[in-house]
Amino acid sequence: MLVPVLFYGFATILVAAGVGVITARNPVHAALSLVLCFITSAVLWLLIEAEFLAIVLVLVYVGAVMVLFLFVVMMLDIKLEELRGGFTRYAWLGWIVTGIVIAEIVGVIVQRRLGLDVTRGAAPVAAGSSNAAELGTALFTRYAYAIEIAALLLLVAIIAAISLTLRRRRGLKLQNVAAQVAVRAEDRLRIVKMKTEPRP
Amino acid sequence: MITLGHMLTLSAVLFALSVAGIFINRRNVLLLLMCIELLLLSANFNFIAFSRFLGQIDGQVFVFFILTVAAAESAIGLAILVVLFRERRSINVEDLNTLRG
Repeated sequence: MLVPVLFYGFATILVAAGVGVITARNPVHAALSLVLCFITSAVLWLLIEAEFLAIVLVLVYVGAVMVLFLFVVMMLDIKLEELRGGFTRYAWLGWIVTGIVIAEIVGVIVQRRLGLDVTRGAAPVAAGSSNAAELGTALFTRYAYAIEIAALLLLVAIIAAISLTLRRRRGLKLQNVAAQVAVRAEDRLRIVKMKTEPRP
Repeated sequence: MITLGHMLTLSAVLFALSVAGIFINRRNVLLLLMCIELLLLSANFNFIAFSRFLGQIDGQVFVFFILTVAAAESAIGLAILVVLFRERRSINVEDLNTLRG
């Protein structure tokens, strides 16, 4: 009895927060609604016993990606009035596309049932099994190649983000580290040979 | 009891909301990026639901990779946004007409 109540409660919060994300004109409000979306999604994933990904969602998304979003929102000096405006010319097209998407998804779920029994519950979890251990076993055996590609992708993303935003300002006085390291003693110190002079 | 239908319906609602959001917020690049994050979240919902209700772990592995790609995407997207704002002093999509598209 408790599980359906939790599901419907958090699903309602999730949809409400989603509406908040798309209707908020202030990007800070939208970002905070998106944080609420991620946290409620994590709770829903916990409810269907996908614990590891629920924790990862909170850590990675709420902890890193959304903080990045908030940093950017607050760093940029956005003039909200210009962006506020009403719906754009193509808003009607958007609503038509959204309606078609909903109709298609509902049609597939209701009509075809995906060849599955959509009314059954989650697969039972064995008593001693751990979600994280199962996921880790799959990741580091069958998907070991894929996870290395993912690691490389993150490295590329780091390099891309840094090289895009690195600012090279004109007229900045910097020290040339390579020249400093490569300097030799004879560049700086000159030994002069001269005759000794008699004491006056 | 939560069934597969519950999760799929919820994910469909989220997906439709984010598609609507992409059309509504056509002026603000930041909100577009957030709508894309929401869209990926709804895709993750489907993967996790099928993974759990079919009793196979592979769907969750895919969610793991989607999270990776989404994190990389938002990092690069926000970097491009910051560079754009430096150049144009605006993040309005309608100001991005350099290529006359």
